[in-house]
Amino acid sequence: MRALPGAARLYIGLVFLSALAVVGLGPFTGIDPATLALVVVLYVVTESISTTMHNGKAGVSPGAAASLAAVVLVGPVGAAAGALCSAPFVLRRQNVVKRMFNGGQLALVGYATGHAFLALGGEVGPPDRADFPWILVPFCAALVVYGVGNSVLVGLLMWCLGEVRLAPPRRVRWRTLATLELASLGYGMLGLFIAVVWGVIGAPAILLVLLPLFIARWAFDQCLAEQRAHEATLATLCQAVETKDYYTRGHCMRVSKGAGMIAQQLGMPAERVQTIRYAGMLHDVGKLGVPTKVLQKPDKLTEEEFAAIQLHPMRGYEIVREIGFLDEALGGIMHHHERMDGRGYPMGLAGTDIPEFGRIISVADAFDCMTSTRSYRKARTVEEAFAELRRGAGTQFDPAMVAALITAVDRDGWELPDAVEPPGDGSAVVAQQDHDDPSVPLRVVREAER
Amino acid sequence: MITEEFYSMRAPRRAGAWRLLDEPMRVLVIVVAAAFAAGSLLWTLVTGFGDAQTALAFGVLIALGELARITLPGNREVAPVASAGAIGYTFLLNIGGDHVHHSGWQVLAVVTVGFALGELPHIAAGRTPEWSDLARRMMVIVVITLAFRPFAGDLSPGAEESQWWPALLLMAVLVLAGWLTDAVIAAAIRAERLRARLTVAFRDELRAHAGLGMAIGSSGILIALASTITGLAGLLVFTAPLLVTQVAFRRFAEVRLTYLQTVRALSRVTEVGGYVATGHSRRVSRLAKSIGCELGMRESDLLELEYAALMHDIGQLSLRDPIASGATVFALPREQRRIAELGAAVIRETGVLDSVAELVRRQCEPHGGDGDDGPPPQGSRVIKVANAVDDLVGESGDPERVQAVLERLRMDGFGEYDPEVVEAAARAIERASCRW
Repeated sequence: MRALPGAARLYIGLVFLSALAVVGLGPFTGIDPATLALVVVLYVVTESISTTMHNGKAGVSPGAAASLAAVVLVGPVGAAAGALCSAPFVLRRQNVVKRMFNGGQLALVGYATGHAFLALGGEVGPPDRADFPWILVPFCAALVVYGVGNSVLVGLLMWCLGEVRLAPPRRVRWRTLATLELASLGYGMLGLFIAVVWGVIGAPAILLVLLPLFIARWAFDQCLAEQRAHEATLATLCQAVETKDYYTRGHCMRVSKGAGMIAQQLGMPAERVQTIRYAGMLHDVGKLGVPTKVLQKPDKLTEEEFAAIQLHPMRGYEIVREIGFLDEALGGIMHHHERMDGRGYPMGLAGTDIPEFGRIISVADAFDCMTSTRSYRKARTVEEAFAELRRGAGTQFDPAMVAALITAVDRDGWELPDAVEPPGDGSAVVAQQDHDDPSVPLRVVREAER
Repeated sequence: MITEEFYSMRAPRRAGAWRLLDEPMRVLVIVVAAAFAAGSLLWTLVTGFGDAQTALAFGVLIALGELARITLPGNREVAPVASAGAIGYTFLLNIGGDHVHHSGWQVLAVVTVGFALGELPHIAAGRTPEWSDLARRMMVIVVITLAFRPFAGDLSPGAEESQWWPALLLMAVLVLAGWLTDAVIAAAIRAERLRARLTVAFRDELRAHAGLGMAIGSSGILIALASTITGLAGLLVFTAPLLVTQVAFRRFAEVRLTYLQTVRALSRVTEVGGYVATGHSRRVSRLAKSIGCELGMRESDLLELEYAALMHDIGQLSLRDPIASGATVFALPREQRRIAELGAAVIRETGVLDSVAELVRRQCEPHGGDGDDGPPPQGSRVIKVANAVDDLVGESGDPERVQAVLERLRMDGFGEYDPEVVEAAARAIERASCRW
């Protein structure tokens, strides 16, 4: 972990110390020690099973359920004490600083929430029949305080870490944040009912309520593992298809990356960006249907051979058509060789008739082709490739996609493929022309020339 | 999206009324469940209906849960929220302080109506339910309800915490019993359909339903307990964690399906490249899977076998030129070995399919194994036989030719093919052909 900025250290220290102070000062009268111990267990369990969603970047923790249940069961001071005591035992890989902050934050928010609950007439202890439905008023207020308090404390930390200032807020982030908040409000509601069931059957309530959450967490883990396995398999199989031609190795992964960068630059939502990454990966799968001798032919191609090459987007489409999730990507794979002026293949679509994904892949495809080495030429520099793309913008490429790629590459950089030298014994398959290369178009013998 | 049929592992069935005869167990379960449903409705009509408001609330919850049913991997249809709602209604002793006294038959009647209402939109949209799964959902409730409801009056505790223990214990035991019953019925139907072994199918079902079953059971108990204090509001709140669970399982099923689709689709690159005959990989995987069922392989092993069978020729991509007619069975042993090694290397590259890679690597070893590694894994032996059958028979699937090929594999005197696997293949092929 990189070193924390001084401001962040100061802030975390402040949070932790004030949490300690709150617990130290607060009156402990009327708190049942056995209940408090079980509340600590509840905290530990809920914090340990936080479900990671959204590509593993943000975690939703059912911690809200524990906090709110603690507030109802043992009051503000008890909630703070429970949170603080649980911090060292949370079963996750966290360093001391993170534990301090999490514990301190939970304690402070719990304390504030508890006071909001009491101020509006809530009573400490398991609610019973007579409390319903009016207990919902202070409880909902407590929920709001919990949500706001949590956001403020975490937001301040982010600010100290410089993350908020660094990146201009993107739409996607806010949506993620909103989802997180909603989820934690839902979990918070659950807290009230943990307290209720606690009143009926005692401690087994924890087990009963948390079991479905445990299982959900387990299922999400399985889901993530399966997703990763799927992506790894997809990438490997695509690369296996490419091993046929020595020079195009890694092409599909780079096109996938480039297409993803363009899509992100255009502000597409995360799912579409993911889909276009898949499309980029799979765009040349159909090339396998083109006979090797055509790909390797050093001379001009005959009309038939050129037709065979032109068929590859359709072949690719046929192969991947059954993959359900590809959806929009299918159009991208089929139309990645269309041109804006309508002179491309296989359909000869023009302008915005070409699916958006097709226009994106077309640009990423040409860019990677030009910046990697071919048997008949060296790799070009990124600037030369940009110039070529700009030259083709409007006729071959969609200017918006070209501009997006250039902006994204200028900002994030582009990792050029290693220069490849095929083994000299002639065992490697080496293409003499590349259908993706806009600067060196395929040479085709027209019927008239014969 | 691809249809469920594509995803299922079902053998082709007879058309019309004849198919009923293929699966007597399935029919029996459906008939029994339908009898309970109809009987409970009649009984409730005759004896009268108590506590309409509660019944309505639970009926709506069950209907909504049924509407949101999901399909787990292996074509298992489940409706967690509906099941939990039904279990909750069964275990209900007390609502906001008032004791409830509905009979077990009333519970079944409410569940029946809820299921029916929830299924109606599905049926209207042409997505008919898997009737045997629906019948199983009903049977679980039947088992739990008829065992619990008669004692409900005695179990109803007072205000004291400790008095809940017997009721809680009984509920847990009954949920467990319901779950076991469900697994037994599901295994019987599955074994009958796939000709799998009953014990293997039972274990598969237990495993497949363990997680979700626990979540459903605990949510059902919670709904019943919380209603004591919160009234019907508890219904809404305790459905929430189960919904999260359901979303997770649904996502998992989707990813699993996608994964299979991807491997299926990409296994065809060898065909497009002219390395193997059209449809070869898919036919081999289908045959390998039914041989695997016949041999009593577990579900997880079957999935691995399917992946391996789909990708068994992927090593050919590394060949410079396709081998003659693409049939590896005619290639030199050395060449076969190389293709297998290359394919395994590709698959191992994924980092997640090591056991699949192992199956592919050893697919051409003779039945006794060669070298020091001992005999190849069962999956490899299955793929070897399935591949040979498909290479020798070809696309036509001519029955006489198939018999001749099987005879040839049986007569093979060099220990190439595992006789047990060849016999399983013969049985699998015979069953498939008589069902067409």
